[in-house]
Amino acid sequence: MGSSSVHCKVNSSATILAAALLCLFATRTASAQFEITGSWAARNHEFLSGDGLPVDFTGIPLNEEGRIRALSYSESQLSMVEHQCQGWPAFYFVQGPFGLKIWSEVDSLKGNVISYTIGAWEDRAPLTIWMDGRPHPSKYALHTRSGFTTGMWEGNTLVAYTTHMKAGFLRKTGAPSSDEATMTTRFYRHGDVLTVLAVIEDPVYLAEPWILSRSFQLSATPLSSIGPPCVTTYEANVGETAPHYDPEKNPFVDEMTKKYGVPRDAAIGKPETLYPEYRKKLQPAAPAR
Amino acid sequence: MKILLIATLVILPSIAAQPRAGGPERVAAKASAPMDLTGYWVAFVTEDWRFRMITPRKGDYQAVPMTPAARKIADAWDPAADEAAGNQCRAYGAAAIMRVPARFHITWQDENTLRIDSDAGMQTRVFHFNSQAAPGERTWQGYSIAQWEKPASLKVTTTNLRAGYLRKNGVPYSENAAVTEYFDIAPIPDGGQVLLVTTTVDDPQYLLQPFIVSSQFKKEANGSKWDPAPCTAK
Repeated sequence: MGSSSVHCKVNSSATILAAALLCLFATRTASAQFEITGSWAARNHEFLSGDGLPVDFTGIPLNEEGRIRALSYSESQLSMVEHQCQGWPAFYFVQGPFGLKIWSEVDSLKGNVISYTIGAWEDRAPLTIWMDGRPHPSKYALHTRSGFTTGMWEGNTLVAYTTHMKAGFLRKTGAPSSDEATMTTRFYRHGDVLTVLAVIEDPVYLAEPWILSRSFQLSATPLSSIGPPCVTTYEANVGETAPHYDPEKNPFVDEMTKKYGVPRDAAIGKPETLYPEYRKKLQPAAPAR
Repeated sequence: MKILLIATLVILPSIAAQPRAGGPERVAAKASAPMDLTGYWVAFVTEDWRFRMITPRKGDYQAVPMTPAARKIADAWDPAADEAAGNQCRAYGAAAIMRVPARFHITWQDENTLRIDSDAGMQTRVFHFNSQAAPGERTWQGYSIAQWEKPASLKVTTTNLRAGYLRKNGVPYSENAAVTEYFDIAPIPDGGQVLLVTTTVDDPQYLLQPFIVSSQFKKEANGSKWDPAPCTAK
């Protein structure tokens, strides 16, 4: 990744010594970092996408406004031409089923990393992590699907901070995210396993920070840095208004209960359902298949 | 000055690479800990909710790379039989315990032994530093060897397990499974801490590939919510 390189041009003995020490410690500091570039295959042994049933907001600490908004969502919106290629916010790289292709841009003179980029997929924009110390733009600046991300190394952990994401979804089932949402991401590498810890904050729709983690495994097979193109097409006549439900009459609100025995409070993302003590409210027996 | 430079380049790195007085082997794990894992940690169940917070229905094995032999066993899952045989802790073994919705209390048992107690299932894990032994009898929690990884991570390797369940609905792992875990700590916005545990279960008998999951826990100020409960099979 090149960040350990320090060019030492020296003219005097004192400078030689100083430069030598600088080289020594720069190298030692950099050695605490790890190689993050390459192809990281998804190991989908956790069901993070949670997109099996329409009202599955399990594990998301939604506040009341977020819940109402989520229950009003209809996936038929994706049939609308203007939504077909909308893509998902940056959170999706932690949740989605695809691997990560990561590459760096390096300053050709200094050798330091200017940025890392996590490649795109069909419904996920590329995410660039700026490592050159640039500030985040004004809060009034353009918001995009992938947002604006800066990063820095803390020991051997890459820490990234994402802002300026367009309003979108925390989960494909319609749990909403606002344009004030932010994401702090930490990348840990242990051997050939890359684990990403994401802390998502949204003052509009979350009752508390949503913490997710996901692991990827180094792949000898190169992954694509882009996904297939998204092409809009006529899918159906969705009517004159955007498909939606009255939040109090969402017809799918009990699907998780019927199919998996998940209580409604958990399915609709009540924060107390994310803690062990909630199990005391549950019936112990699992229905047979 | 050139001599000084050469000395600097040659000697300093070697000094820096030297173990401190006494050598790393003789430094107690507690004293050399690069992070403080002790305290109460609560599982924050934001992933796999339906597989963890409730007992999944028989046949709901989504996302586990099971071999046909594993599927056959899981399809025959009988929690009542497990209870009758005294095997109600099968889903609380070392390969699965960190996925159990529980509180965990981490303490130093002695200078070279870290201990983790769970309230759910009332299990005890013991992490041995400076140890290579793997003594005889197989247990739910097996035998765990721990080592610090620079700059701040804990690696734990566990073997000598009793066969158990990765998920409560009978998804099996064999007694030959090996569990590798990494413990990392990160700050969270409210000023607290989150413990991230990355778990890899290797079990060629019942898994088509290593089973990799990561779990997160929030640190709690004290043990006021500690609520011990025995294992349940249902």
